[in-house]
Amino acid sequence: MAHQLTIFLENRPGRIQSISKVLEQNNMNIWAFTVQDRGEFGLIKMMVDKPKQAQLVLSDLGFACAIKDVLAVIAPDSPGNLAKLTAALVEKNVNIKDAYGFVSPTDRKGICFLEFENPDSVDLQKTIAEHGFTILDDEQLYEL
Amino acid sequence: MDRKALEQLQLERLKHIVAQAMKTPFYQKRLSRAWIQSPEDIQSLDDLSKIPFSVKDDLRQSFPKGLLSVDMQDVVRIHSSSGTTGIPTVIYYTREDMESWTDILARSVFATGCTSKDVFQNMMSYGLFTGGLGLHYGAERVGMTVIPIGGGNTRRQIQVMKDFKTTALHVTPSYLLHIHSVLGEYDTKPTDLFLKKAFLGAEPYSENTRRKLEELYGIDAYNSYGLSEMNGPGVAFECIYKEDMHVWEDAYILEIIDPATGQPLPDGETGEVVLTNLIRSALPLLRYRTRDLAFVHGEACKCGRTHRRLSRIQGRTDDMLIINGVNVFPSQIEEVIMSIPEVGTNYQIYLTKSGSLDKLTVKVEIYSKMFTGDLSILDALKGKIRDKLRASITINAHIELHEPGALPVFEGKAKRVVDEREKL
Repeated sequence: MAHQLTIFLENRPGRIQSISKVLEQNNMNIWAFTVQDRGEFGLIKMMVDKPKQAQLVLSDLGFACAIKDVLAVIAPDSPGNLAKLTAALVEKNVNIKDAYGFVSPTDRKGICFLEFENPDSVDLQKTIAEHGFTILDDEQLYEL
Repeated sequence: MDRKALEQLQLERLKHIVAQAMKTPFYQKRLSRAWIQSPEDIQSLDDLSKIPFSVKDDLRQSFPKGLLSVDMQDVVRIHSSSGTTGIPTVIYYTREDMESWTDILARSVFATGCTSKDVFQNMMSYGLFTGGLGLHYGAERVGMTVIPIGGGNTRRQIQVMKDFKTTALHVTPSYLLHIHSVLGEYDTKPTDLFLKKAFLGAEPYSENTRRKLEELYGIDAYNSYGLSEMNGPGVAFECIYKEDMHVWEDAYILEIIDPATGQPLPDGETGEVVLTNLIRSALPLLRYRTRDLAFVHGEACKCGRTHRRLSRIQGRTDDMLIINGVNVFPSQIEEVIMSIPEVGTNYQIYLTKSGSLDKLTVKVEIYSKMFTGDLSILDALKGKIRDKLRASITINAHIELHEPGALPVFEGKAKRVVDEREKL
């Protein structure tokens, strides 16, 4: 499992800046992020190199900040791979709650982060691995 | 005293006070406008509702002697508000008025179980303020040993408590908390003291503060209610069972009204406390609107007293908001917010216009320790606050979630409300 930071932010100028500054000051690197907007507030979800330390630092500063288990799945950058991955999940009747992905331009690998509604219902990791995908934990992720 | 006899006594005394009131040009005018020409127009307690309300401004407008109904040479005491919020309000007492008030205070102190064996240290300030001298005389009448030390000088307060083995205090909760915080500096522990009871008053405080003081000192702390317009302390006092305050109804007629309509409310419903002082001839005040919010109930008390009981004061009408015609007190909103662990204790009430309708927005801070990172949980949280508010104030509020520490922190309640309706 990889760990994702989820931070509650008000929807107004300067809030993402306030987070990224803290991470910079603590020499923490951001791998990926996405923002979920909900009117007056939003959630920023981030993959950073030291998620647990980042949570401590941010919480100390008063941010509402949680750590979530997510699956970091790696797939070759070629047509049909997301379809294949999701087919595996459908087979096990697993619902994706939130997901975001990107392709690393240097090694042409697709990486996606998946948050599940019921992560304990089946052995997800096993199912996904059986379909030929690699799952990374935090360390493997940042060694890429 | 059974209720019937009590009501008969109230009626007799009310007639006397109405007679006194008619000696003042102010009430003569006001009562005649309500078709009350003589005390005999008051035939039963139901006729009380014919009498118009009196308000604080009436006292101010009548400053200094417009409401005085006796000859100045019959006045033995004057008390007055500080006048920090405007013209001072002044209260006059005849010798008989002082006697009656002292009796009521003696009864109050006795109801808490104090006897002549108690040593009473009165930490309220003496002077024009009614809190100090009022309790002083009441405690003396019970035969307690009274130490008229007044407020302040903590070192001396602690020394005196030890020297004279003080058992009872009259004190503001904040000062009693302060004393506790510095006891160590004077090499004193609560167990070195002999305290058994404290009468709390003169400032708003929560039930938690009372409990905290009781624990810190190992004492019983009693809530009391009074206001200088009604003589001072001793309008209502808790008995040894500490379950709401007995209103001394032979001395005061208490009504609870809807502050918006002025209509009386039944027992158990919260509204504005309206009092008629039956034991002061020098300065009659009829149906005085206190702006305090509370409810009254007549459940039998374990102590056997038949006087109805007044709840703790739950707010001031000054705070009341009218939202789409519904009366809402910020304290009702606060209560809902405090009952939800996922949000912090800081909040803001925001009122705007949306077309011709009022829009209520309640801004709360999420509590970081309860944050899970799930959007669905945050949505559900908003729904929960909205539902609880609707159940409490019948209004659909718009809930806004904010970051911890993002809302301005205010000391007073009033500033938690931002009303932008007039400007729009």
